[in-house]
Amino acid sequence: MASPVPVKEKKLMDVKLGELPGWILMRDFTPRGIAGAFQRGYYRYYNKYVNVKKGSVAGISMVLAAYVLFNYCRCYKELKHERLRKYH
Amino acid sequence: MNENLFTSFTTPTMMGLPVVVLIIMFPSILFPSPSRLINNRLVSLQQWLVQLTSKQMLAIHNHKGQTWALMLMSLILFIGSTNLLGLLPHSFTPTTQLSMNLGMAIPLWAGTVVTGFRHKTKASLAHFLPQGTPIPLIPMLVIIETISLFIQPVALAVRLTANITAGHLLMHLIGGATLALTNINASVALITFIILILLTVLEFAVALIQAYVFTLLVSLYLHDNT
Repeated sequence: MASPVPVKEKKLMDVKLGELPGWILMRDFTPRGIAGAFQRGYYRYYNKYVNVKKGSVAGISMVLAAYVLFNYCRCYKELKHERLRKYH
Repeated sequence: MNENLFTSFTTPTMMGLPVVVLIIMFPSILFPSPSRLINNRLVSLQQWLVQLTSKQMLAIHNHKGQTWALMLMSLILFIGSTNLLGLLPHSFTPTTQLSMNLGMAIPLWAGTVVTGFRHKTKASLAHFLPQGTPIPLIPMLVIIETISLFIQPVALAVRLTANITAGHLLMHLIGGATLALTNINASVALITFIILILLTVLEFAVALIQAYVFTLLVSLYLHDNT
């Protein structure tokens, strides 16, 4: 069970399934750590899809599609009543 | 259906958390800041648009008025992007809330008026009386000019709110009518659908125009006062 490399420094894909709870608990959950996670995620997406020489409309449209999906989840409770059903 | 019409204008909360803060901050993600001399396509396009708009908008101002360039450009970008994002399905448009528009209009208008009073006191007070009025009419005209001055921020805010809200409501209503008509009479539903398409095109234009009008009026009030 104990691996030669400490669990904390491994990337997610190298962590074995049994070690996963330990790996999650060792992540940095301070405000600074969470801010760092958001920043890393933002720059990962930005550098892959937008900050390229010949960026296309796909870069923004994926963000807008995610925004529409987020708003749909937000209003789902009211939208439930508008489904096309014989008996509501 | 009556309750459904207005639920899209309520402040969004998800499980008690005020999501509205996130929604107001969302458009800022879509405007990345330029970091190099030659940037990626998105940033270059935005830079070109901002240059075009700012040259057009700041041409009428003198040196003192041009210190407001950052404020006016961020204003038009914010209102334009927020209105355009509100046209996506199911989204919430912050500019439909009168509270937010008043919060934008009153400080900006007050800023222009106070600037005018501080730097050109005589000229600012002289604005209350148009040139060449007959003497008996002076008291009444001063009252009318004061009222028209104080109505400016309210008009700014209410104009933006009413235009965007009315557009969204019309789209809801006509969309609902189209859906209800498909089972009754297909050709009338087609006509209603065409009306909906035209309305959507109008809404895109209105989104941008309203942003422009708001900013233009603020800049006009500024021009009077610098």
